[in-house]
Amino acid sequence: MTHETTTGIDNRKMALWVMIGSECMLFGSLIINYLIQVHQIAGVENPDLIRPAQVINVPVTSLSTFVLLMSSLAMVLSLNGLQHGDIAQFRKWCFGTAGLGAIFLGFQAYEFTEFYWEGLGLTANNFGAAFFLLTGTHGAHVLVGVIWLLIMGGWSYRTSFQSEHHSILLEVAGLYWHFVDVIWIIIFTVVYLFVLAP
Amino acid sequence: MTTGSKSIILSWLTTADHKRIGIMYMVTALFFLVIGGGEALLIRMQLFYPNNDLLVGMKFNAAFTMHGTTMIFLVVMPLNAAFFNYLIPLMIGARDVAFPRLNAFTFWIFLLGGILLHVSFFMGQTPATGWFGYANLSTKHFLPDMGADFWGLSVQILGLSTLIASVNFFVTIINMRAKGMSLFRMPLFVWTTLVTQLLIFLSFPVITIALLMLMFDRTFGTNFFNPDMGGNVVLWQHLFWVFGHPEVYILILPPMGIISEVLPTFSKKPLFGYTVVIYSTCALALMGFTVWAHHMFTVGMGNWTNLVFSMATMMIAVPTGVKIFNWLFTMWGGSIRFTSPMLYAMGFILMFTIGGLTGVMHASPPIDAQHQDSYFVVGHFHYVLIGGAIMGIMAGFHYWFPKMFGKMLSEPLAITQFILLTIGLNMTFMSMHFVGLEGMPRRVFTYSAEQGWTFWNQIATYGAFVQGLGFLLFFYNIWRSLRYGEDASADPWDARTLEWSISSPPPEFNFAVEPIIERTDDFWYKKQKIGARAIEQLTGKEQVSVPKGSYYPFLATLALSLIPVGFLIFTQNQDQYSILLISALGGGLLFYFLVKWAFEPLFEE
Ligand SMILES: [Cu+2]
Repeated sequence: MTHETTTGIDNRKMALWVMIGSECMLFGSLIINYLIQVHQIAGVENPDLIRPAQVINVPVTSLSTFVLLMSSLAMVLSLNGLQHGDIAQFRKWCFGTAGLGAIFLGFQAYEFTEFYWEGLGLTANNFGAAFFLLTGTHGAHVLVGVIWLLIMGGWSYRTSFQSEHHSILLEVAGLYWHFVDVIWIIIFTVVYLFVLAP
Repeated sequence: MTTGSKSIILSWLTTADHKRIGIMYMVTALFFLVIGGGEALLIRMQLFYPNNDLLVGMKFNAAFTMHGTTMIFLVVMPLNAAFFNYLIPLMIGARDVAFPRLNAFTFWIFLLGGILLHVSFFMGQTPATGWFGYANLSTKHFLPDMGADFWGLSVQILGLSTLIASVNFFVTIINMRAKGMSLFRMPLFVWTTLVTQLLIFLSFPVITIALLMLMFDRTFGTNFFNPDMGGNVVLWQHLFWVFGHPEVYILILPPMGIISEVLPTFSKKPLFGYTVVIYSTCALALMGFTVWAHHMFTVGMGNWTNLVFSMATMMIAVPTGVKIFNWLFTMWGGSIRFTSPMLYAMGFILMFTIGGLTGVMHASPPIDAQHQDSYFVVGHFHYVLIGGAIMGIMAGFHYWFPKMFGKMLSEPLAITQFILLTIGLNMTFMSMHFVGLEGMPRRVFTYSAEQGWTFWNQIATYGAFVQGLGFLLFFYNIWRSLRYGEDASADPWDARTLEWSISSPPPEFNFAVEPIIERTDDFWYKKQKIGARAIEQLTGKEQVSVPKGSYYPFLATLALSLIPVGFLIFTQNQDQYSILLISALGGGLLFYFLVKWAFEPLFEE
């Protein structure tokens, strides 16, 4: 059934690459918006305004960033397992990746509620709104990835799952996962590490 | 309803055939053309007399908002999409697009977006923000009704449809070409389509974010565009035009590709400077991302910013001019047949050039300061969009209609329509230049007699009705041809590209034998060598498997429709978060259908 493609690259894989191009513009817009809002708030003299340095917790987020980085490693191990026909290894690391992603989301939920209790709700000021919009959009992407991986892992218990035919699908899912990870590295740098700069 | 007609409806509802989807795009877009055109006529009628009271205040605002949004997102883009769908697989020698069911999904969500936008009419909550939805005019404070919510959500959904389609067609063109169809052997329409998809998937995410921010401002109480709370309204303009300027090329590049097919066929010559046209198309696309702030020269960005964007904008004239000369040289010395597609293509060159020239004029900030928000600008971009995009689309429509429906259109009727459209559009939009120079601002619903704008406004209104008459003739021509028209042969125009090598309309599987391409205009040269045998003769025994239909794209769209519905109800009852459960239900169903869809085999097992 699968038709030979002109470039030899699977259609679904190429579609994901195109989507990544599109997503770069999406996150680019969000990051630029965030920088504009942080810049704006820095110029306002108002002791009641909550500023990035007051709420952003670099050590905790470093930990969650580490978790997300490790999930990319787990992703590689999972794909490696499937490509070598080792279903057990694939399954273990596939669920492992999803689990690490879920832990990352847990960190994010913790962070959001912390901010909320410290007075930075969605509507408190534009820095907060831009922060929630940016990291929330990223979190939604991680959630999609987690569900995707859970479906892939769950599917492997069915007889319709064949490692030789379906490893390409995990490859595509992995591409997505790594991309979401790389975007987080950029967000971490811009949102969290820039705070440390004087 | 008989079972026969029921199964016909079901077969269209579940189809994954790119040709049928193309026809559905075309029919829907023509329907919206009637609506958008009707709005234009209403606007022109209001402006016919000074101090007229046919359509005043917010009603007038609603009319021009809906006219602009409809014509851009529901007419020109889907007409282009109709040609992408129908022609791209045929032109590259493929049996379908890369993702046939996804293609159906894009059509259905496009339809959903169009319907959602127009539901606002029936609820008396019509968007009145202008097609650009400038914040903070579009924020809750200034527009408390649901109009801007309808507008934002509809554009968001239409954008989603366009984005998915762009991924699909980009992959199709890169990955589904027939043997030997290298990139530099592709027909020019395929090239402009490819570049258009690139523009779409790079520019639409920006408007997605802008609309998301507007939605948060309107519904969830953020203040991105509220200057009182540190918001920035110029940010909206930047985000909008970073999308908005490439959008102009998304509208115009496919028609440019169309006339690059039509001109060679009816000049009996290959396209002059084929590779140069491709490179200038790519240059146009790249430059399209560097000029957005020319829409903002009067905002006060500072001289240096204005200077940079002004220079970048003027440079756009270079690749555009290159293309115009290539088209002219294609006709030079050719044996020209003045058929209706050819006349439309020639009309495109002339009208688009006029629109382009006035475009270069307001690339200069001091001149733009005079033109800004006057009818001069309205005249300019209508030359580009009607004299350009619509003329090109009309060329394509008359050119490919025999291929799509197997019937010939009446040439005398088509040529009469061409004459009416050309006269009408020049009456309307040339007058707008004059009345603009006399100082008439755009988006005002009336003027007084002493201002001296009556004469040109009346000429413009007469012109609009002449164009309307032309479109009436156009629809009559379609109806007449489908009923009484003579059957079209496979290659009625003696054309050059692959789609003419198969019957009209093509069989469901497109090509019984997969074509092998040896050069540009391969079909043309095969015809010279082996004559009519270059046209594929079907024996009726072809066994080619085609993607079977699927219910899921349509069902997923139904589920998706619950998300904006829930959200719109929520905007009116912002303390009742439980209403959002409707949206959540839609999301859940959408997820369920997508999973079912993913596990449904594309071909018969
Ligand atoms: Cu522009």
